Amino acid sequence: MKTIMTVDDSASIRQMVAFTLKNAGYAVIEAVDGKDALSKLQGKVDMVITDLNMPNMDGISLIKGVRAQAAYKFIPIVMLTTESQAGKKQEGKDAGATGWIVKPFKPEQLLAVVQKVLR
Amino acid sequence: MEDIHRKAFLDEAFDLLHELEAALLELEDSPEDHELVNRVFRAMHTLKGSGAMFGFDDIAQFTHEVETVFDKVRSGEAQVTKRLLDLTFEARDHVKLLLDHDGEDLSAFVPQAERILEGFRSLGSGAGAAAPEAAPAVRNVCLPETPDSTGSVFRVRLKPTPGIYATGNNPEFLLEDLKGLGPSMVFAHIEGIPPLRELDPQNCHVWWDVLLTTDVSESCIRDVFIFAEDECSYSIQGVEGTDDTELKRLGEILVDRGDITPEGVTKALSSQKRLGAILSEAGLLSDKSVETALAEQGLVKDRLEQKKGPDAASSLRVSTTKLDLLQDLVGELVIVQAQIRQLAPSLGNPLMLTLAEQLERLSDDIRDSTLAIRMLTIGTTFSTYRRLVRDLSTEMGKEIDLVTNGEETELDKTVLDHLGDALIHLLRNSIDHGVESPAEREAAGKSRRGTIRLSAEHSGGDVVIRVEDDGKGIDPDKVRKRAVERGLINPADELGLSETLELIFLPGFSTAQTVSSVSGRGVGMDVVKRVVNTMRGSIEVDSDLGRGSTITIRLPLTLAIIDGLQVKVGGQSFVMPLDAVEECVELDRALMGADSKGRIINLRGDVVPFISMREWFSLPGKGPEIEQVVVLRIEGARVGMVVDHVVGEHQTVIKSLGPAFRKLEGFSGATIQGDGTMSLILDVKRIVRMVLDKHR
Repeated sequence: MKTIMTVDDSASIRQMVAFTLKNAGYAVIEAVDGKDALSKLQGKVDMVITDLNMPNMDGISLIKGVRAQAAYKFIPIVMLTTESQAGKKQEGKDAGATGWIVKPFKPEQLLAVVQKVLR
Repeated sequence: MEDIHRKAFLDEAFDLLHELEAALLELEDSPEDHELVNRVFRAMHTLKGSGAMFGFDDIAQFTHEVETVFDKVRSGEAQVTKRLLDLTFEARDHVKLLLDHDGEDLSAFVPQAERILEGFRSLGSGAGAAAPEAAPAVRNVCLPETPDSTGSVFRVRLKPTPGIYATGNNPEFLLEDLKGLGPSMVFAHIEGIPPLRELDPQNCHVWWDVLLTTDVSESCIRDVFIFAEDECSYSIQGVEGTDDTELKRLGEILVDRGDITPEGVTKALSSQKRLGAILSEAGLLSDKSVETALAEQGLVKDRLEQKKGPDAASSLRVSTTKLDLLQDLVGELVIVQAQIRQLAPSLGNPLMLTLAEQLERLSDDIRDSTLAIRMLTIGTTFSTYRRLVRDLSTEMGKEIDLVTNGEETELDKTVLDHLGDALIHLLRNSIDHGVESPAEREAAGKSRRGTIRLSAEHSGGDVVIRVEDDGKGIDPDKVRKRAVERGLINPADELGLSETLELIFLPGFSTAQTVSSVSGRGVGMDVVKRVVNTMRGSIEVDSDLGRGSTITIRLPLTLAIIDGLQVKVGGQSFVMPLDAVEECVELDRALMGADSKGRIINLRGDVVPFISMREWFSLPGKGPEIEQVVVLRIEGARVGMVVDHVVGEHQTVIKSLGPAFRKLEGFSGATIQGDGTMSLILDVKRIVRMVLDKHR
């Protein structure tokens, strides 16, 4: 079973993402912000889905932090963003994000993206 | 499911409003605190983002504009003022109001919302905030309706940046996604892989050309790369010409792709070799580029031909006599060509060598197209059989379906003509003796309707034709009894099942107890076998009592010209069909020991029996110290044939032996070698079988 870490300071988004992923047969680790995510990043994590605006550590710093660890250097990282500005996406991509999902999104859109980057 | 998430959002939203209020109160005391501004922004941001996710569109729209203003504060474009804080408090209360009235008609609150937002807009120095973008994360997923070859052909070139893996993207997935869109040919360009010493395995050094046949549009193909746009350069080009455009030449394709300049092509064209070979030899581009361009040319050509269809191709009726003559002449040409090729190197004249090579290429092409002229699909005869089965089964009160398979399999016209009668006989046998009457079938627990399968397929160098029925099968006891009655075997003979079944091919054998109107016309299985053998084919019978029987006919693909391996034994030259040859090894007598009965060799641990051709043909003289073993694969088993030495591989034009040699077994014909001498072509299958029979 593939394990996906979902990082979001919004409990409802976290719940929705976790619920959708679990239903699709993934194991889910939840983290409330970048700092929490980095502390929970150990063992088998196959993918990270992260929000960008978060307290303590934002998504961009988290992506850089994940990529800096050898074990997670190549895993897919997808950022959730309400910003549709190219700038923010680019910043994320430069930090090593694999792709992005624009909020609001439907569960099936989330799954489509996960299936696109995680095999 | 929506409801749980809505509930979760409501809980969260009330928490956020608390947090927002606390942050605003603190901000009032220290308006310069950047982190407090961030807290307010994040609260609004989450309300907006999550609100939109769970259907709180009014909240999402409302908070979007507040968020926009705070984003400006965050980036230093706007200041925290008393007015801003007042408005934000109002906004917070408004959101609470909206949440409290969740599920009710909220239109009454719109004017109030407008008033607050108007205030924010005036603060935001007139910068009218846009409505929240609701761009879906994923465009509609493109799925080909049916992945078949009716779509268009695209040339997709994917060149990932070396660091693509570092973003979690994987070119392999991109290729998989492309392949998911339709039939594809993928070519990897590996020229860029550095020497091992300099290789960084974390980088991608390979790039790909994909020829994709798909029903989806170009933009759907583009979607595959949605996340990888920055990590690779890619191009998608339609390669298909319309029906009336000329088939593109290799050079045009390469220029199109930007692999080479038109000047490069012109330069290359000035010499005489094939363009692809010249370009790669000259180092102008890699073999791979040539290969992919050629594949593209082939694909488009096939499709153009497919589109034209059989109707568009005009045909011409030619008498077989003329074709036979043509084939004979081509045969002669091939022989002369072989002679010239053998002679040319010894003349030491480079021009002569070149001419000999050109002649070889030409005669190869002429040979192939001449043989292709004679090839017909077996399906053209299938309809005759359908009619036969229908008529006969009705006559005999049986219900039989004929299922045909492999109609597109091509066979030489001569073979097809010879085969016709044999197939009719086999079908008659199945209808007459094989498939039972509806009543018998029902009693045996089978369906009323029987099935006869007629199938054709290519298998290696052979064409395999099968007649299969689900009838009662062949009773080995009855076969044996009859064979004894007819004096074909001794009552004391012990035979295995397959040997017993083989008896039906003996002349004078017929299992029919009574002569019906359809069998017993003097055509027995022996005739079928003889017909097949004259075509250098073999026939096998397999039967499962009560379940049906299968007759399998194997025929060589073409009659007239085969690839042969020339060998010499005792000064004589022989030819073996190359498609049966697996390898040639040396036979060292010293290693075999004195035991002359030990007719086996150890081939890398496998025991392979062998036949000495010198002994088998009783040729005089003694073989050389080290003889050669040609290892053949015959009916699945490996057998060696010991010869003096192996000369080499040659195109062999088969000349049939005259009637005087009809009784000669073990030869399928003769051929004229390049040096003008004659060689016998060995029927290796038959020889092996004769040796086995002799030792039984």
